[in-house]
Amino acid sequence: LVLSRNQLIQLVGHDDGSRYYAPIQQLNRITTDLQEVVMQTRMQPVGAVWSKLPRIVRDIAQSSGKQIAVEMTGSQTELDRQLMQVIQDPLTHIVRNSADHGIELPHVRNEKGKSATGVIRLHAYHESGHVVIEITDDGAGIDLNAVRRKAVSRGLLHREAAESLTDREVLRFVFEPGLSTAEQVTHVSGRGVGMDVVRSNIEKIGGTVELDSVRGRGCTVRIRIPLTLAIIPALLVEAGGETFAVPQGSVLELIRVSDASSSLVERIYDMSFYRLREMLLPLVDLDRLLGLPARRLGDEYNVVVCQLGEDRFGLAVDEVFDTQEIVVKPVGRRVKALACYAGCTILGDGRVIMILDPTGIAGRKNVA
Amino acid sequence: MISGPFNTPSYESTPDDLGFVTFRVAGQWFGLPVMCVQEVLTTQRIARVPLAPADVTGFLNLRGQIVTVIDVRTRMGLPSDASDPDATHLNVVIRDDTDFFSLRVDEIGDVVNVPASAVEPLPATLGARWSSVCVGVVYRARDSMVILDAGRIVCDPVLFS
Repeated sequence: LVLSRNQLIQLVGHDDGSRYYAPIQQLNRITTDLQEVVMQTRMQPVGAVWSKLPRIVRDIAQSSGKQIAVEMTGSQTELDRQLMQVIQDPLTHIVRNSADHGIELPHVRNEKGKSATGVIRLHAYHESGHVVIEITDDGAGIDLNAVRRKAVSRGLLHREAAESLTDREVLRFVFEPGLSTAEQVTHVSGRGVGMDVVRSNIEKIGGTVELDSVRGRGCTVRIRIPLTLAIIPALLVEAGGETFAVPQGSVLELIRVSDASSSLVERIYDMSFYRLREMLLPLVDLDRLLGLPARRLGDEYNVVVCQLGEDRFGLAVDEVFDTQEIVVKPVGRRVKALACYAGCTILGDGRVIMILDPTGIAGRKNVA
Repeated sequence: MISGPFNTPSYESTPDDLGFVTFRVAGQWFGLPVMCVQEVLTTQRIARVPLAPADVTGFLNLRGQIVTVIDVRTRMGLPSDASDPDATHLNVVIRDDTDFFSLRVDEIGDVVNVPASAVEPLPATLGARWSSVCVGVVYRARDSMVILDAGRIVCDPVLFS
């Protein structure tokens, strides 16, 4: 309905004199209202799945003699109800892990100079087309050497290889099936079934799980869930004769590179950089990256500056059009593996265009 | 255009018969179990997907649903239609649990009914690419029809190589 509405509006354009104008404006209003209501019923604040967690934590705290507080921020962040059901179990599992393994007993915490009450922090926010949920605890963190030993003893890793792996690489083994570093099996955890299930559940809906841990300081689990099934604002651009959408959330600014300003573009080895306010901005040519016909040398072009966490890079495109509200549709499994697309969408005229994933593109070019 | 390789009238079908949607690609007839096929579309506007696997032609918009178009020529290693890239193509839409796919074909034939006993095993000499996606052959007077497995033809060919 939304798409047909866009189609009609495009047909009529801004021709006030057309006798279709008034009824179509009416249809537009009704569709917009309806869309909002429908979206609201689909979207729910993540607080809805969080509400059970404090109780689980309290139960564990009581049975193990720990003192644990739960802090929640961003519980108003909205997420599709279908996705919510999928993340319910993984979330419960992670929080249970934090409470059971992460947070230490009060006297241990006192010895380490931490307050007797451990804190589990849940934080949800939007980031470039994803909803991110962070679960942080200030407990003992993950014993990387124990993970190394376990990985070796389970034959996942050679002894020498284990020594040379970085901490980050070792943390990845936590998601392998059957790997638990818990010394004791309690009734809540330590059975070695867990993080691998968490990961496979999250990946099923196209999300990712990351883990950060500092020994003695606690660990953070970061779940990124795509906003599929959602409507996002996106900037339409053209490169190599094709139109693409860039999620507005990651667009920082737009720069036009013409003859006059082309001296600001520098080449170092095989990479181009744009001198943006005394900062070198790596440039990625979208047409070259995607194997499309390249723009002619010397033509004016546009740079879409994308922000990715701390890093930023410039996406060089031929044309920049306008911003539209687009419906994100999944790309299907044959194309999903490419990582440079966040999905696709259908434009007002029925054309299918790809939505670029700045994170995937940066990963492909190693610019961020 | 509706001229299948078989003229088996459907009223002769018995419960043992298997129904196939038939289509032709590069002169070769193929059959898909009729229950797998959702619908057949005429030539559609297909959006290219840069960097997509070779056998993925692109996406088409089927009433707001994104359909991944699989080029049967490329998928089956048949000679490409270089002479006329804009030649009309038909789309056989199939779906599985998660995604919609469309097989890009040259021509659609009749829906035919074949006794289950007429489906013979695929000759072993056809090679891995064919044996991974074909479940059998039906030999007829004038030509042969290769029966495809709908679940496998839409998968990444690398999985089977």
